[in-house]
Amino acid sequence: MSADVELDHVTIRFGAFTAVDSVSLRIEEGEFFSFLGPSGCGKTTILRAVSGFQEPTEGEVRIGGKNMRGIGPNRRPTALIFQNLALFPLMTVAENIAFALEVRGASRAARRRRADELLNLIALPGQGDKPIAALSGGQKQRVAIARALAVEPDVLLLDEPLSALDLRLRQHMRTELRAIQRRVGITFIYITHDQGEALTMSDRVAVMSQGVIQQIGDSATIYDDPATAFVASFVGENNPFPGTVTQLADGQAVVDTALGPLRGRNGRGLKRGDKAIVFVRPEALRVGAGASEAGTTIESQVVTKELEGSLVHVRLAGAGAKPITVSLTNDGTVPVLEAGQPLTVVFDAARAVALPTGHLADE
Amino acid sequence: MSDFVAVFLALLLALLVALIVQSRGASIFAALGEVKFVERNGLVISAYMVTAVSVWVVFMIVLPMLYMVDFSFRHNLPPSEVGGPEDVHTLKNYAYLLLGRKGDEELLNWLHLGVFVRTVLASIFVTLLDLAICYPIAYYMAQVAKGGRARLLVLCLILPFWVNEILRAFAFRILFGTSGVINSVLIGAGLLEEPIDFIRADVALYAGLSYAYILMMVFSLYNAIESLDHNQIEAARDLGSPWWRIHWRVVMPHAKPGIASGCTMVFMLAAGALAAPQILGGPSSLWFTQVIYDWFNQGANWPQGAAYAFVLLVSCIAFVLAVMRTFKVRLGEIAR
Amino acid sequence: MTSDRVRRLMVGFYILLFFGFLFGPLLLMGAAAFNDVSYPQVLPWQGFTVQWFAKLVNDNQMMQGITNSLWIGLGVVALSVPIGLAGALVMSQIGRRGATIYYTIVISPVLTPGVVLGISTLVFWDRLGTSVGAGYDTLFYDGFFLTVVGQSSFISAYCMLVFLARLQRFDRGLEEAALDLGASQVQVFWKILIPYLRPAILAAAVLAFLSSFENYNTTLFTILSENTLTIVLAGKVRMGTQPDLSALAVVIMAITLIGASAHEILKRREAAREKAALAEARGEAGRLAPARLATVPAG
Repeated sequence: MSADVELDHVTIRFGAFTAVDSVSLRIEEGEFFSFLGPSGCGKTTILRAVSGFQEPTEGEVRIGGKNMRGIGPNRRPTALIFQNLALFPLMTVAENIAFALEVRGASRAARRRRADELLNLIALPGQGDKPIAALSGGQKQRVAIARALAVEPDVLLLDEPLSALDLRLRQHMRTELRAIQRRVGITFIYITHDQGEALTMSDRVAVMSQGVIQQIGDSATIYDDPATAFVASFVGENNPFPGTVTQLADGQAVVDTALGPLRGRNGRGLKRGDKAIVFVRPEALRVGAGASEAGTTIESQVVTKELEGSLVHVRLAGAGAKPITVSLTNDGTVPVLEAGQPLTVVFDAARAVALPTGHLADE
Repeated sequence: MSDFVAVFLALLLALLVALIVQSRGASIFAALGEVKFVERNGLVISAYMVTAVSVWVVFMIVLPMLYMVDFSFRHNLPPSEVGGPEDVHTLKNYAYLLLGRKGDEELLNWLHLGVFVRTVLASIFVTLLDLAICYPIAYYMAQVAKGGRARLLVLCLILPFWVNEILRAFAFRILFGTSGVINSVLIGAGLLEEPIDFIRADVALYAGLSYAYILMMVFSLYNAIESLDHNQIEAARDLGSPWWRIHWRVVMPHAKPGIASGCTMVFMLAAGALAAPQILGGPSSLWFTQVIYDWFNQGANWPQGAAYAFVLLVSCIAFVLAVMRTFKVRLGEIAR
Repeated sequence: MTSDRVRRLMVGFYILLFFGFLFGPLLLMGAAAFNDVSYPQVLPWQGFTVQWFAKLVNDNQMMQGITNSLWIGLGVVALSVPIGLAGALVMSQIGRRGATIYYTIVISPVLTPGVVLGISTLVFWDRLGTSVGAGYDTLFYDGFFLTVVGQSSFISAYCMLVFLARLQRFDRGLEEAALDLGASQVQVFWKILIPYLRPAILAAAVLAFLSSFENYNTTLFTILSENTLTIVLAGKVRMGTQPDLSALAVVIMAITLIGASAHEILKRREAAREKAALAEARGEAGRLAPARLATVPAG
């Protein structure tokens, strides 16, 4: 009762604008798969294409091996959780949940039974006769999920369902959604712009920008081994150092940047003379002087020091307008730093990555 | 004449067939555009929507009007001769309005032309009168009165207009009749020897017509004035402007669409009024609509009546266009 | 300041005068209904009586007219509400350019003089009738049919406006959600759209009925040999007035007052009831027992 989803060279154009550009991928059945990207990257359009509200201009959408072209949203084995939930305001909770059964002609008893079952699943037992307006945000969330599950879809599609919730609730719901998915075992396709959500909940993540899939992989891969400059800059905080490749050695590349030569892992086949960007994560930078390897030192001045609870972020002057961020654990070893003070930071080349130049997030 | 209908029925049928074909074979009718229409609404609902709107537009709006205009250019024939050799187009119905019967001494049809002109002028008079009466009230309700009182005023305003227009005209008859209230009071108070014939003097009619359309005018003005930011009035007052200038330079220009729409509606309703002139009109204040009605009722000359009706319609449209031009407002702002 | 006080007095006086003008004639007409004189007048007052009310009920022509008006009103509701709904749905889905033309066409009956609507309806069906050779007892010459059709041409537009207002605030996401859950388009229409439009349907029906009931200009031409209340009324008023008409006016005004007050009271009570229900439900949510899965934060 779960199915895989295949996108085969799916392109979606609106007039002259290409929202989705030749996307091909396969989502395994029972997988929790996320599309991650900024607004306008095309993830919502893909979701609507899978759910049946948007026909691809080119390419095929296959669910369970079957081509879905020409099959409307009411006949696909998918269920969609809308961003604004779209609960029916004139119906009670139970009527909302049992709606899918109602349109299939199930008896009142069968509908009541299933509604009670699902109310128990989402921890709202006996609340069936409440009007929708009387529920809180989190409760409405859960009712929306129950309503979608009532018809036992093969694929559940979630359109940024947590964006309207406050922080604590959002974090709680992450765990709950994952738990529900594991228990019910159906394929979840989740879209979001929040990488924290994508990374913690998903089996695999597809990072998208401007209609193109930048990388597909599990959370660790996406974070530690980004494939493109966009992924490196979008997922987590990262410090970009653009320049040109001067040397290659041991699977590493040395890039000549405005702050001197910097060394990083060369996993994407950079050659001498290529334009590249070295990315070093804030947590990979340490305060220190004169590192063991050449190309792993940055000298700059302190701009500000920010205390964010368990972390201390030190901003250093960068080559351009953007500062360099160093994140240190607030464990009592952080030195006293003043604005304008010169500072040297070092890192392990193994933890830095050199990527071909490309557009970054926020550009 | 059944060709007209046949063509339109065929078109309607074609539309429905096209819808059905569209939902099966989109490629064929892709050029017709709006494939999304059927996709979005489903076949049944699309058919309902298209049929209902087509019936409405074609059979209740467009065709009747076309038929009436065509009819006004025909002779007044008994049913047996309709469609026969005598059933040709002619201008004589319109000529009659202008020139009158053949063999009349007068050059022009002064009687009917006079009625027409007087109807138009009187309607303009009623419109201006209503504008003058209603503007202060509308302004008061929109800008001066506070929430609760404004609502109460609105309610008070609506209440009289639930009463049928005929009964309202009747009430004025009671007021203005020769043994009516006003005359009785004036005579009883010794101010008058003989009762004034208000009806003959058209006073009753004009008063009645103004009364009838107060609601229209007030609400048009109210809606327009209400959208004015009160601070503008305060600012003008603060700058030392006298109250009449505030209205002239600040309030009225802003209320222009409301004034235009109110005047348009009152004029068209007054020119097209039938009940009030029938009830309150004296022998000298024949209304154009009454002439039209007579052609249908006693004159038994339907084409003639249709021609006069068309003239009435055209003059209303002309008035609307004139108002739009003078006030520089677009149609969308007038139609409520 | 005295000038301010004077201005305030003038405004107050004007308002008084205005509403006096508005209500005066009606009050006088109402009073005339109770005056024991065979010609409707208030002065001279001859004594209190209710005989005119009795006369009203016994007037067959009047009663027949009322019955006909009721039937025609129902017919107009049955025709105008579905047409108005379809009109509003089409309007909400048509593109920008089409919308202006479409709107102008369907609103035109509202702006057209009633007599022109009546005449055009009459002429159209008459010509249609003669071209198919229909006799005078068929639909083409039936006063009820013609009146319902003639009135519906503009009353449908009224209904359409009511529906448009309500449709504008409709969340299309609800339609999509229903489709996604497997509903067919017809099911979406009946289970989602129509329930949402229910208040508008009611409002449109009431509007249609009242507009039809009080219509005169159009009806006068289309009703042919039949009668409606307004036609009978006008006939009586023109011929020679009797106080039983004032009696009718009193009845209508009383019904209006009662209806308006009832409507207002019902509206207030409904709003209060909804507020109370919401408050009660919210209070319960706070006291909800902890969930089975992990710990659920309140809300």
